[in-house]
Amino acid sequence: MQEAMMRRAKELLADGTVNRVLGWQKGEFAYDHTPAVFDSADQLEQFVYDDFTAANLSKYLVKETKQEGKILAFLKPCDTYSLNQLTKEHRVNRDKVYVVGIGCEGKADVEKIKALGIDGILGIKAEGDNFVVETLYGNQTVAKTDVLAERCVVCKSRKLMTYDEILGEDGEVINSNRFDMVEKLENMTADERFAFWQNELSRCIRCNACRNVCPACTCEKCVFDNVNSGIANTAAADSFEEKMFHVIRAFHVAGRCTDCGECSRVCPQGIPLHLLNRKFIKDINELYGEYQAGEDTDSKGPLTNFTYDDCEPSIVHERGVE
Amino acid sequence: MKQIKLDSIQSLFKALSATRTLYLPVDTPAGADFKKYEDGVLWSGALNTNRSAKDFFFPQTENMMDFKVEGKTIEIIEPIRPDEDFVVFGVRACDARSFELLDKVFLCDPVDTYYKNRREHGVIVTVCCNKPAETCFCTNFGIDPTAPGGDVACWQDADTLYLQANTEAGEALLQSAADVLAEADDSAADGVKETVKAIMAKLPIQNLDLSAFTEDNLLNLFGSEQWKKLSEACLGCGTCTFVCPTCQCYDIKDFDTGHGIQRFRCWDSCMYSEFTRCAHGNPRLSQVERFRQRFMHKLVYFPANNNGDFSCVGCGRCLAKCPISMNIVKVIKALGGANE
Repeated sequence: MQEAMMRRAKELLADGTVNRVLGWQKGEFAYDHTPAVFDSADQLEQFVYDDFTAANLSKYLVKETKQEGKILAFLKPCDTYSLNQLTKEHRVNRDKVYVVGIGCEGKADVEKIKALGIDGILGIKAEGDNFVVETLYGNQTVAKTDVLAERCVVCKSRKLMTYDEILGEDGEVINSNRFDMVEKLENMTADERFAFWQNELSRCIRCNACRNVCPACTCEKCVFDNVNSGIANTAAADSFEEKMFHVIRAFHVAGRCTDCGECSRVCPQGIPLHLLNRKFIKDINELYGEYQAGEDTDSKGPLTNFTYDDCEPSIVHERGVE
Repeated sequence: MKQIKLDSIQSLFKALSATRTLYLPVDTPAGADFKKYEDGVLWSGALNTNRSAKDFFFPQTENMMDFKVEGKTIEIIEPIRPDEDFVVFGVRACDARSFELLDKVFLCDPVDTYYKNRREHGVIVTVCCNKPAETCFCTNFGIDPTAPGGDVACWQDADTLYLQANTEAGEALLQSAADVLAEADDSAADGVKETVKAIMAKLPIQNLDLSAFTEDNLLNLFGSEQWKKLSEACLGCGTCTFVCPTCQCYDIKDFDTGHGIQRFRCWDSCMYSEFTRCAHGNPRLSQVERFRQRFMHKLVYFPANNNGDFSCVGCGRCLAKCPISMNIVKVIKALGGANE
């Protein structure tokens, strides 16, 4: 796939369709690739696409589509949902992107490999359904399915939502079990649930990685960066503020979050932030009808539209009773 | 040198925690972090903690003073300085070196009394790394994980932990646990050291070319065309700065409690838009400049002011944690060579 992508990128650069290519650049190790913009065939020698090119590239298009010329973006199914949503919100100029949709079988999570007790990773080779991991302490073989990123284990869709052309096979929307953990949390008592989130969020270091990577967080100036708001601290003044940050963020992206899972991928403290967003998605599905953000670029979002079938505010009380 | 069998390590933790608070790396649902020892808490076998050990001396937030306002009088209330002795067990050589670098910042004139107070009450017990990771590059900064430093240094083999005091405070600490420790030959840990040295020799990023990072070369590095490309994907989050054992920038803020003011300080990050904000805003307008500041500080400005010591200890946390996998090793490889 990587070869085909590089070839296509060079062709599109050469024939003038695009003047830049948004992709991933080879890392120092087998798993630490960095999103990058390539503007020549020479630079593309550093291009990489494999099981570890996990980063969602769509948010970079907010910045990139303000530049001169058209940019080629290689997007995975997840990323195409984000692009659609960003297009709908007029944050990305879709006309200035040439999307090559790429089929996706799920991405690996190196943290899961390390969690298996595999240390000192020098190289990772994909061989069929396995990875052969070369380490300082000998070679080990792991099944790909055992180290798949959580968001890919419960993948909602392998279907590309927007593209100008496709490389590889387009997939299907999947009837996934992504709400299982949310249900588990719903079935807890309020105290248990509070304890769960207290424990998770107490590890937060307010690095803002979840916010900064989130394709739904594209405010020019975030309220949490505004000194005039009175709450703009680089660290939380108390434990309430920690929770407030995450809850406010979850509310703000509700109805717009496509469930791409980047927030949890980047969290240095391993907080399952995507569960907050999934709860909102599940609630919206139940209260306003099935809705998947990023499926299209023109429908009205459930929280920005009014219909007579909408739930009444009293729903908060009805559902809040233990 | 002293020793204790690993299967009775809990008796050592009990002895150490009898006279003071003991902190040690403990497994969490996602990686290890330092936690307070209580009966039954297990020492994590992880190579390193998510957060560095700098929290013990330079916590993410701390109260500096309170102001109580009544009518036209303002009363200044000094916070209670923690005067509890504590011991941090299981610190790695990289984090142990970071304390020396932080000392240069906080203990020079004017001395940071909050930091100094904590330093005076803390005893550091280091442990040699048995299984270094591919992300380890401490040797570039003259750190030897087989001589991990601290007040007491430890080495472990399959079934035994060996302990060697390096300072008077370390001697006293071992004395306080004398009942559970046995004598050991001074060469008892030599086998472990040799094994670890052999692994260190195979680490992929242990020979970085740092020759270009000199004060004389400051303007060349500052003006390098490469910063733009290197910082291109940077999200501007604070992960690298907050997991870093040597990042020491902070902000001081006033928190309105409703009936007074709490003046506190908290870690700040050069990656943030509000960092070093003056009347006119942040002097570094774009992420390129903020990104450059972080690495210039660690690799050029800090050494220029501190006898050539780089402000990095090669712990590898930023390599493992950066959301877009851009880090100091990639910067060193791009700019460190003689050709830049």
